[in-house]
Amino acid sequence: MSTTLTYTSRDLAPATHARVRTSSALRGEWTKLRSVRSTTWTILALAVITLGVAAIAGSTVSSSWHTMSAFERQTFDPTGLSLRGMLFGQLVIGVLGILVMSAEYSTGSIRSTLMAVPSRSKVMLTKVAIMAVVGFVVSEVLSFGAFFLGQALLASPAPHATLSQPGVLRAVMGGGLVLTVLGLVALGLATIIRHSAAAITTYVGVLLVLPLVVQALPTSISQPITKYLPFHISDAMTSVTHVLGSGPSLSPWTGFAVLCGYAGVALAVGTWMLVRRDA
Amino acid sequence: MIHVQGITKRYKDTLAVDDLSFEVREGVVTGFLGPNGSGKSTTMRMIMGLDAPDEGTATIDGTSYHGLGLPLREVGALLEAKAIHPGRSAFNHLWYLAQTNDIARQRVDDVLEMVGLSAVAHRRVGKFSLGMGQRLGIAAALLGDPPTLLFDEPINGLDPEGILWVRNLLKGLAAEGRTVFVSSHLMSEMALTAEQLVVIGRGRLISSGSVDDFIAESSGQFVRVRSPEARALEALLLERGAHVVAEDDGSYSVSGLDAAAIGTLAGDAGLHLHELSPQMASLEEAFMELTRDSVEYRGHESPHGAPVTASFPSTNSGK
Ligand SMILES: Nc1ncnc2c1ncn2[C@@H]1O[C@H](COP(=O)(O)OP(=O)(O)O)[C@@H](O)[C@H]1O
Ligand SMILES: [Mg+2]
Repeated sequence: MSTTLTYTSRDLAPATHARVRTSSALRGEWTKLRSVRSTTWTILALAVITLGVAAIAGSTVSSSWHTMSAFERQTFDPTGLSLRGMLFGQLVIGVLGILVMSAEYSTGSIRSTLMAVPSRSKVMLTKVAIMAVVGFVVSEVLSFGAFFLGQALLASPAPHATLSQPGVLRAVMGGGLVLTVLGLVALGLATIIRHSAAAITTYVGVLLVLPLVVQALPTSISQPITKYLPFHISDAMTSVTHVLGSGPSLSPWTGFAVLCGYAGVALAVGTWMLVRRDA
Repeated sequence: MIHVQGITKRYKDTLAVDDLSFEVREGVVTGFLGPNGSGKSTTMRMIMGLDAPDEGTATIDGTSYHGLGLPLREVGALLEAKAIHPGRSAFNHLWYLAQTNDIARQRVDDVLEMVGLSAVAHRRVGKFSLGMGQRLGIAAALLGDPPTLLFDEPINGLDPEGILWVRNLLKGLAAEGRTVFVSSHLMSEMALTAEQLVVIGRGRLISSGSVDDFIAESSGQFVRVRSPEARALEALLLERGAHVVAEDDGSYSVSGLDAAAIGTLAGDAGLHLHELSPQMASLEEAFMELTRDSVEYRGHESPHGAPVTASFPSTNSGK
């Protein structure tokens, strides 16, 4: 190291504004997201699961077609079949949403983040925005990808679906939207819980275990609750002919609004706690 | 200039910082000294707006951290706990920080060069040694070229060369007119680096001022005495109200009486003296003396291998 080292900057332009700009904070947050491997890995896993399930389901259904009952054939939903992988994808996008926040706590980098951007609501806002945009693009690409891949591999005699049929475009678009919003639910949970493992456990619990618990309850109790579970909201959205034998469902968009409400609550509570708590 | 006014921080049943007030001036290195667990890191986190004080205020050039415009350009900090994601490269760690505060990309390369990490800029931080991680933390603190800098135990984990480098860095930054506030639990380190001191124990201010004042104001001087009739002399000295500490090498460290008084006393009693030499307490001893009642983990090894009570005068002191 040179002995005549000085620490002063040669080309640091003077600050021209009184606050960290939202656009600057967004750029920093984007750099953060794309510079860790876990982002690549989770998105890759999401692709493998959604496309893989669509491919397997699409290519195997024709061989079992002759064993299906008339009712099953009548209610056969080629769209829902291709989007079945999205249900597993919900777990993966949850991991991405959780890591965006919990990795900051497990590694201590939250302190670097908050020293650079002291406004905690701004930190939260930028994380939500980045997660929403990245989640939306990835989820929609994979949802449409799963649909087209699944339909391409679907052999007759099973019927095909096209985007112009009623409800199909909604199911495919909606599948991506549900995934996006669930990523935000996960981000909110992680901000409240702050520990990766605990947040993932909670998220999986809400998504997969809660439906089982509700199912075990007497029908008089479980029936009015079931339709509000994320699992069922997602299923209603990604199905065209809906025959989930467990009672009434919310309409796809009502369900989606409820899901957005969950995300809103999780993010609002998370933001409130982020602002309040020591880092 | 850092101004801390009456800050108090309580964690459940621990009073980490207790009504602490002090000032850190620009242009000199100010050491923040206290035994482990005395509240140094907590105080620094409160200055940096990470932990909220229960009472009191901490300001940087008159503004609280949350009121700073582009904070990295006003104050940079190396905190004790690593604040870096191990999966990210050194460059990307600095780059996202730079982006948030509108700092040019060139400055990222510059600070990497300053701390000697240019060659490993694109390697993941998880593969870094402790010293390299520390250098990256220092690079992040320097990123915005801030006039105020905080370093929490910056030499932890560094080899002797790295320690020397940090010492010169701190002095160089202060010489450029910056406010430099550096914590340590090692008095010996502060003696080599700092000009001013803020000394705390159990979250409370013990002393603040120049290093020289600190030595003078603490117990300061004592007299080393050696005698073949040690027992008799010790009894005599204790009788006269002196404070006597038996050292391992057979000598006695006597305070409360000066060399002349001790010599006269021994002569009158017909005791021989083999040594009678006035001593200046080392900084380390002055520190131990001052924090004697506030060492939380007395006699335990600190996590970094340096015994907290290293040069604590050994037992057997009379009253
Ligand atoms: N986040 C925290 N939660 C609970 N106790 C804490 C926390 N941070 C510090 N403490 C406690 O506060 C006291 C001061 O700690 P610290 O500021 O780390 O001291 P130092 O840096 O001087 O070693 C210690 O007793 C420590 O255990
Ligand atoms: Mg500490």
